[in-house]
Amino acid sequence: MNGLTRTVDRRDQQEAANGTGMSTRPPQATAEPSPLPWTRRHVLDLDDFTPDEIAIVLETADAMREVLGREVPRLPTLRGTTIATLFYEASTRTRASFELAGKALGADVINVSSSGSSVEKGESLIDTVRTLRAIGVDILVMRHSNSGAPYLAARHVDAAVLNGGDGWHAHPTQALLDLFTIQRRLGNVRGCKVVIVGDIMHSRVARSNLWGLSAAGAEIVVCGPPTLIPAGLGVIDEAEPGRCLPHVTVCHDLREALDGADVVMTLRLQKERMQSGLIPSLREYSRLYEITAERLRWAKPDALVMHPGPMNEGVEIAPDVAYSVQSGIEEQVTNGVAVRMALLYLIRGGKRAA
Amino acid sequence: MAAEPLLITGGRIIDPGTGTDAVGDLLLIDGRVAVPGARTATAARTIDARGLVVAPGLIDLHTHLREPGQEYKETIASGTRAAARGGFTTVCAMPNTDPAIDNRAVVEYIQRTAAEVAAARVLVTGAITRGRAGKQLAEMGELAAAGCIGFSDDGTYVVDSGLMRHALEYARALGLPVLDHAEDPVIAAGGVMHEGWVATRLGLKGTPAAAEEAAVARDLQLAALTGGHIHIQHVSTAGAVDLVRTAKARGVPVTAEVTPHHLTLTHEAVLGRDTAPYDTSCRVNPPLRTDRDVEACIDGLRDGTIDAVATDHAPHATTDKLCEFDLAAPGLTGLETALALVLRLVHAGRISFAEALARLTCGPARALRLAERTGLTGLGTLAAGAPADVVVIDPDRIWTVQPAALASKGKNTPFDGWQLTGQVLVTVASGTVTYNALEN
Repeated sequence: MNGLTRTVDRRDQQEAANGTGMSTRPPQATAEPSPLPWTRRHVLDLDDFTPDEIAIVLETADAMREVLGREVPRLPTLRGTTIATLFYEASTRTRASFELAGKALGADVINVSSSGSSVEKGESLIDTVRTLRAIGVDILVMRHSNSGAPYLAARHVDAAVLNGGDGWHAHPTQALLDLFTIQRRLGNVRGCKVVIVGDIMHSRVARSNLWGLSAAGAEIVVCGPPTLIPAGLGVIDEAEPGRCLPHVTVCHDLREALDGADVVMTLRLQKERMQSGLIPSLREYSRLYEITAERLRWAKPDALVMHPGPMNEGVEIAPDVAYSVQSGIEEQVTNGVAVRMALLYLIRGGKRAA
Repeated sequence: MAAEPLLITGGRIIDPGTGTDAVGDLLLIDGRVAVPGARTATAARTIDARGLVVAPGLIDLHTHLREPGQEYKETIASGTRAAARGGFTTVCAMPNTDPAIDNRAVVEYIQRTAAEVAAARVLVTGAITRGRAGKQLAEMGELAAAGCIGFSDDGTYVVDSGLMRHALEYARALGLPVLDHAEDPVIAAGGVMHEGWVATRLGLKGTPAAAEEAAVARDLQLAALTGGHIHIQHVSTAGAVDLVRTAKARGVPVTAEVTPHHLTLTHEAVLGRDTAPYDTSCRVNPPLRTDRDVEACIDGLRDGTIDAVATDHAPHATTDKLCEFDLAAPGLTGLETALALVLRLVHAGRISFAEALARLTCGPARALRLAERTGLTGLGTLAAGAPADVVVIDPDRIWTVQPAALASKGKNTPFDGWQLTGQVLVTVASGTVTYNALEN
């Protein structure tokens, strides 16, 4: 740790001790004792998040954004805490932003990948996470290609588990940063019409967003070819009273879907969907579902365009849209660090390390 | 070793095969049910069954004993001990062993081992295709000569329709049924649970009901074409029940079975209890379906469309299930919970006690004509001269399922902690007491 950082850390501690409202102090992040009604140890999905919990994350993320805007964006909150990112799948932004978020809060961060680790020797997930716990990991950030893997980890290890994406199932931090981005750009999520376009079936981003947007009070439309809409979505079946999915409208026509939209969220289309016969060709897909400048006019004039990345420019989104003033795509990435800082802060009980 | 005579006194004897339902004594001599009123020369060992139900030993058409090849999951000895605990006196061993039961040597290995160690009668099912690979017929004639009671590639579907046709033609000439694991793998496309809202919620790949129904429809047509007997294994969808019902009505040689779990659980079970979604104990093939499917299976069981309840007892080691849902081995341990799960339907007023017993005794015996095929006249009934296979049940006893207490090596059950009503107290197979909780 260099001298500059140490100085900043000391200043932050002093502020917190004083409890004074200096302009550089994040309002929630350093308020002590924390009055936050936050009881969650793991963040595995948003399907059981209350609107209040979402609001707490977004408020805390606001404070963290302010921290990130400082000359030296550092807080000592997680000093002495060890975070491991355990990624069984490739990732650029999620892993990097978790790592930066952890470091900005003073945590030690180690990165473990399935390639080059004992996973390649056939070690089971449970053994791997137990090993990480045994060497002192307090917070485990996981990405895994099998849906539900973080639940398995959370059941078998005494560490907080943050889901960095599991299979087709959930990507809660992405959905939270998406909500954060919408709130910052449009002022409010409640009442917004959000259209999610593309491969809903295989998208953990879409699934978590459905829960998050639904809890935050948005009107949700999903739009894509019928082969990429998962079973039961948007369907009411009285024979199954126990069914529990977010309320959405399913629409296969882009023009109809975009009518009156406040937010257009488009998803990455994997090329292998064509090989498995789910779509006839990328060419046809882009003709029907690509968000171009012309089609964006079907939405509200200042509609916000979002994409979780990585983009296939010219397939699901036209480059001129991706880099237009209506695009929030780069901001999503920036906001990702603040949201992940907020979550790391909250699951450590909002307490400072001594 | 000839078993000593056994007298079971004062029980309510329910034998659906002979239409018996009366309180009385049952005498077993020389491994057979004695004629009513017969006396023994020496004093018989006596079991007091007053207040209990005495029924024919249960018959399971669908058991994975895992031996040879996967003895860490189950063995012939442990699997048949589980059978005895569950009231089963006859089990039909499925051929997805390693090596597969696709030649006489493996059949004889199982028969020889069973003769030495088994606590139940083990009947052997041969594979339809070599190595169950679906490419070339197994030597079905030789398997029949070795004593196989039918053919199955259970666990996999015979995708090649032409080959399945020839299998049915061969089986017909041999007078044996083809037991059909009916799931089109192309439609199923790697699904790990039922395709529906739960799969959508959990982000798991679903297998639609149509994967089973398309497979059943094809094989019913091939049975109609060839006259070969098709037995549909583990029916799980409302559509499949309908297909079997209409095929029976038009005279297609078809019989069917359903598992206790498909009569009990829906896909919602995968959501788990408390905070444990992705419950791998509910990963099973065919997958747990919807309420509507469960209801249709119960209806089919009651109206006789479905001939038998079969367990699809699929024991696995703990590590086979303690992993990601996609990677978990499919199947659940079933022999020791089967009867009590079927009795839930009786206690709920859905079927009668006699109907429930019928689907576990004379139903499966008749479905695959096991008496003729084994030469054991009266198998599945308590008719005079029938094999001395008997189960004594307390239909009202409440017990809690505890995996650790199961006799099977497989502790993989989604019914962990369930309170069930109706318990097996004594099992007698071929005149030998194979399980006795009254002496504990």
